[in-house]
Amino acid sequence: MTKHDYDAMLIERHGQRVFETLSRAYVGIAGLGGLGSNIAMMLARSGVGHLLLVDFDKVEPSNLNRQHYIVSHLGLQKTEALKSLILQANPFIHLDTIDTYITEDNASDIFSGCDLVCEAFDKAENKAMLINTLLLQNPQLTVLSGSGMAGYGSSNTIRTEKVMSRLYLCGDKTSGIESGISLMAPRVQICAAHEANMALRLLLGIEEV
Amino acid sequence: MKVNGEALRLEHPVSLREFLDTHGYSTGRVAVERNGEIVPSGSYPTVMLSDADTLEIVHFVGGG
Repeated sequence: MTKHDYDAMLIERHGQRVFETLSRAYVGIAGLGGLGSNIAMMLARSGVGHLLLVDFDKVEPSNLNRQHYIVSHLGLQKTEALKSLILQANPFIHLDTIDTYITEDNASDIFSGCDLVCEAFDKAENKAMLINTLLLQNPQLTVLSGSGMAGYGSSNTIRTEKVMSRLYLCGDKTSGIESGISLMAPRVQICAAHEANMALRLLLGIEEV
Repeated sequence: MKVNGEALRLEHPVSLREFLDTHGYSTGRVAVERNGEIVPSGSYPTVMLSDADTLEIVHFVGGG
């Protein structure tokens, strides 16, 4: 398969305008766990041209219940494992990876070139840190975040809301791991799909949720 | 004042930090927009709220 074949497949399905707009887009993914690995796969399959994948961690057995990784990835950096998976679904995407722990000191620089950033961390404090840092220091950026997706409660409580002028929040806002509920693949992937779909909508110029 | 879309009467001036504490928010897990502007978390103790303010408070929960 050539790049021309792949692009023709996307154009046939999405139309020329959507294809071209998504091809030019650059989306940052902060954290490559259950949310981030799934968001990245969905955006890559949708034809987003350029992704920035950032995580410090390695793939471990406890990731397999909800993250996109497979047994042969155990021990690899998540950036490398996810890159290999994405390239099998979309061999022509432009991927940048950074193996680092994102902090309030480096977040602004890491994501400064992106059109959008998808927050995909595990801990509530890290989510708050990233959102605060990017909204304060990167005034051109719109950010999507996931909050509340643990357990196997109703799928229909997971929603997308525009909660601030440049922040979209996906999730049920209450089902956190702090309450002892564990994360399971379906609701994590539903939440990831909310982030990915809202990212596509924003890239295509639609701000309503 | 208006907090997350709901009207709320502010009886006396309080700092944002005090408001968050008394309403059950954990300051390390929130992002706050006041009158359309994000408030740096380091300013929570010094930002004084007025009854004319509009706040959007996002309280994050873990998991991802």
